[in-house]
Amino acid sequence: MLKPLVDDLSETTVSRRRVLGSALFWASWGIVVVILGVIGGGVLRCLYPRALYEASKIFKVGSPESYKIGSVNLVTGRGVWIVREQEGFYAILAKCTHLGCQPIWYEDQQVFKCPCHGSRFHKDGVNFAGPAPRPLDRLYLSLSSDGRLEVDKGKTASLDYRLKA
Amino acid sequence: MNIFIQMWRSLFRTGVTDSPVHRVFRVVVNFSLHLHPARVSKNGIKTTYTFCLGGLNVLFFVMTAITGGLLMIYYTPDVDKAYANMLDLENVIPFGTFLRNLHRVSAHAMVIAVSLHMLRVFLTASYKSPREFNWVIGVGLLLMTFLLSFTGYLLPWDQLSYWAVTVGTTMAENTPIVGAKGPFSVLGPEEDMRFILLGGTSIDQPTLIRFYFAHCVGLPGALVGLMALHFWRVRKAGGISRPL
Ligand code: HEM
Ligand code: FES
Repeated sequence: MLKPLVDDLSETTVSRRRVLGSALFWASWGIVVVILGVIGGGVLRCLYPRALYEASKIFKVGSPESYKIGSVNLVTGRGVWIVREQEGFYAILAKCTHLGCQPIWYEDQQVFKCPCHGSRFHKDGVNFAGPAPRPLDRLYLSLSSDGRLEVDKGKTASLDYRLKA
Repeated sequence: MNIFIQMWRSLFRTGVTDSPVHRVFRVVVNFSLHLHPARVSKNGIKTTYTFCLGGLNVLFFVMTAITGGLLMIYYTPDVDKAYANMLDLENVIPFGTFLRNLHRVSAHAMVIAVSLHMLRVFLTASYKSPREFNWVIGVGLLLMTFLLSFTGYLLPWDQLSYWAVTVGTTMAENTPIVGAKGPFSVLGPEEDMRFILLGGTSIDQPTLIRFYFAHCVGLPGALVGLMALHFWRVRKAGGISRPL
């Protein structure tokens, strides 16, 4: 008996047309997903500028002699205090460790108070009241080649760091 | 004379013949009557069931949108001008203070109304099937409402604005995963959530313009889109929920 030219299309056999058809279907969806992904990624990338027009993290804050021993000095516009003690200098980042407001130095009470939620810090930046969880950050302070103090906001220093000058 | 009849007919297509069929026809072809459902359950119009809170939200949103549009005429999102614009609105522009206050009060009212609306939906168990997804859309609306208040707060560019946004974006910095200082953080300080919000590492001109866009275009647009979905869903669920 002759075999039929085309097999019966039973449930287990899949025609070439169906395979190609579904391949095309998923490939089309793949292309759509890729295009949307590229657009989405582009939009996300566009939120990150390549250059920032921000003040340099490294800046000079004058000569050591211009600071009195025992004084706390805010460098306006830079958000940094330069403190001079008998043992040397240190720089404190003027940014509350609670949620980032700028505390105010009260010379008469020798305390930093944050106006936002009332955190308080000793002169050395150590927190003692309010919601702030840790001491104010210390910044790296050095003496530049021209003999002036130089702060690097990108580098933190430990609490016992002192610059002798 | 004919021209007036023609003008009238172009505005009101159904003519004036009064019969039951014509009444139905008039409702069907009229846009504003069409927005309102043709049939409402008795329970749905009982004031003490919805307290009109969803509708009040719409009202407050329209109020903020209109007053906000007028404020935009006098406001420039520039760090050197924004605060001066506020002073002008208060002291130079007729009804400027009134306009600002209307915008502000409506915004506060919206936050209150959206919260109470949520409470009403919860207490009447209206979040249950088939309305579960409308609750989810509602959460989106709630978030948009809060974000509108947050972004609008920066625009006057005064001390209150500046430090409020400092606090808010520092919270963003402490978000899990997407914040640079949060738990399980994977992104650095120049790529995290705070950076995207600020457009840099400090609150400055790039921040103001981002917040301005979000406040005046992005968020209201999203809110209108979600509101359309929200109302569509209320309709498709068969109108306001009712006791079973
Ligand atoms: C901008 C914010 C919102 C607007 C303009 C709005 C508007 C509305 C309106 C007009 C209704 C019709 C019934 C009524 O007035 O109570 C409604 C119903 C509903 N809303 Fe909202 N809504 C908002 C936010 C929310 C929120 C935050 C939730 C919950 C998370 C929510 C969940 C619901 C649900 C589940 C219904 C159906 C209630 C029922 O059928 O009884 N909506 N909304
Ligand atoms: S930001 Fe200083 S106490 Fe909250």
